[in-house]
Amino acid sequence: MTSRIVHIASNTFREAVRDRVLYNLIGFALLLSGAAIFVGQISIDIERLVVVNLGLTAVSLFGVVIAIFIGIGLVSKEIEKRTLYTVLSRPVCRWEFIVGKFFGLAGTLVVNTFFMAIGVFGALLYVAHKFSVPDAQILVALYFIILEFLIICSLALLFSSFSSPLLSAVFAFSLFVIGSFADDLRGFAGLTHGFTRWFATGAAYLVPNFSALNVISAVAHQQPLGASLVLQNTAYALLYTVTALSGAVLIFDRKNLK
Amino acid sequence: MSAIEILGLEKTYMVGFWRKRPKRALQPLHLTVEEGEIFGFLGPNGAGKTTTLKMLMGLVFPTGGTARILGHEWTDPEVKAQIGFLPEQPYFYDYLTAHELLDYYGQLSGVTAVDRKRRIPEVLARVGLTDVKGVQLRKFSKGMLQRAGIAQAILHDPKLVFFDEPMSGLDPLGRREVRDLMEQLKQEGKTVFFSTHILSDAEALCDRVAIIHKGELRGVGAVEELTSSVQGKVEVVWQGTLVPASMKSLGADCHVTGDTVRAVIAENQQDAAIDALRRERIRLIAITPLRTSLEEYFVEKLQPVPTAAVTTMSTAVGSATGSAMGSRK
Repeated sequence: MTSRIVHIASNTFREAVRDRVLYNLIGFALLLSGAAIFVGQISIDIERLVVVNLGLTAVSLFGVVIAIFIGIGLVSKEIEKRTLYTVLSRPVCRWEFIVGKFFGLAGTLVVNTFFMAIGVFGALLYVAHKFSVPDAQILVALYFIILEFLIICSLALLFSSFSSPLLSAVFAFSLFVIGSFADDLRGFAGLTHGFTRWFATGAAYLVPNFSALNVISAVAHQQPLGASLVLQNTAYALLYTVTALSGAVLIFDRKNLK
Repeated sequence: MSAIEILGLEKTYMVGFWRKRPKRALQPLHLTVEEGEIFGFLGPNGAGKTTTLKMLMGLVFPTGGTARILGHEWTDPEVKAQIGFLPEQPYFYDYLTAHELLDYYGQLSGVTAVDRKRRIPEVLARVGLTDVKGVQLRKFSKGMLQRAGIAQAILHDPKLVFFDEPMSGLDPLGRREVRDLMEQLKQEGKTVFFSTHILSDAEALCDRVAIIHKGELRGVGAVEELTSSVQGKVEVVWQGTLVPASMKSLGADCHVTGDTVRAVIAENQQDAAIDALRRERIRLIAITPLRTSLEEYFVEKLQPVPTAAVTTMSTAVGSATGSAMGSRK
């Protein structure tokens, strides 16, 4: 069972690499090195803040775009091209396929993030000439970004298990945007009454709370991050991911592959 | 033990956007395939062949009925380790080489690393893909993809192989090679179940065939039995271009082709025809009873079924699943 998931995940990772998904790193490297040089020239005393903000935001956005656009095709492309037939006609359960695909994409994003993180630290070294102790918090921000990717991957898989790739992309991206303002949505719910309050509160708790996972600004300003936040965010992201993946499995388990 | 027992599998799809209405893709199908035989599943396009295969593979869920494969419930995942499947017009992960593709499928089928290392070159050679090392599948021709598809279906040495239109996309030489391969599989004791609408392939290969049309089983039986019914006529072939008047008087339907004449006459006129040819000192080449071809049987089975006959047929097929001739002879 586990080995089949590993094989499916490895093949998904290999697909991403051979389809040149990691080429985005070139764009990222160009953006970051250009920004570092530019910021180094125009900023006084805030080079670190700008580079950390810009770098981590770019890591997040590049990863989200990859997670959505690969995630929505993970299942639908296999159905459309009928590559799934020769997989599911083997001793492979449907849930193993979904979970394997998820881990394959998650692995791709972790590797991608690893290389981008090297770029961020490189740019930081270029502008600040040395690392300081608070820079270690960048690792926490990167960890939260990976948690964010896990949620988005699972959502993309969930949507692609019942809708077209285009609609899946729209749903996943909309949820990312709304989820990034989840705290504001909660604040808005507190200001309203009646049905609107119920609806806004429900929506605020239903959408993934990406704003809680976004600590880029805090890290850039060298504010301390508590261990409890790490634990809470980890538990939240894993729970959300498992729930979304379970939904994808439940739907895919009943799907006729016409 | 039967290799496949299909016990009333049926499929109805809901079609339409606003007002869904049922559309039956496969009527309750009862069919038994014995171990070690090559079984042809024949029917025109859209007959329900692929739907049946997809249900047996667990890709499409039936609306009714059940099936047993190699003595187990067909939904048992472990059964799938013992079967191979080639889908119609297969498409594979085109970023992989044939070797990588087989390695991946071997892993999924539970083939050990040692066996994969040994089996993959063997199987690739067996399907004629020897010079493709390092070539990604996106650079393969349709025929090469079909060969890769056959390779993945037999890689794990399955007891039962399902081929959906295996000759599709192959040139005449490739078709012959696939036919040879299927016969080899049979000699190795494997069961081959394949769907096709190319009757010559079925006639040349199959021990038994089933004919399906519009989702309904129209006939099933041994190819020899289906094609053995003599029509009460014989074909007389002699050398030359001369058609004696005495032959014409027997009501012979004569055709001159090059240096031979072929005449079709009633079986009871056979002796009179031989006498007529002897009198004219003409060299007789052959006298052959005319038999129903599989094509004729196939065409006959595709004729519309009267409502009453459908009812009778369904009952007959349902009760006698198989080994004998179909219900609508």
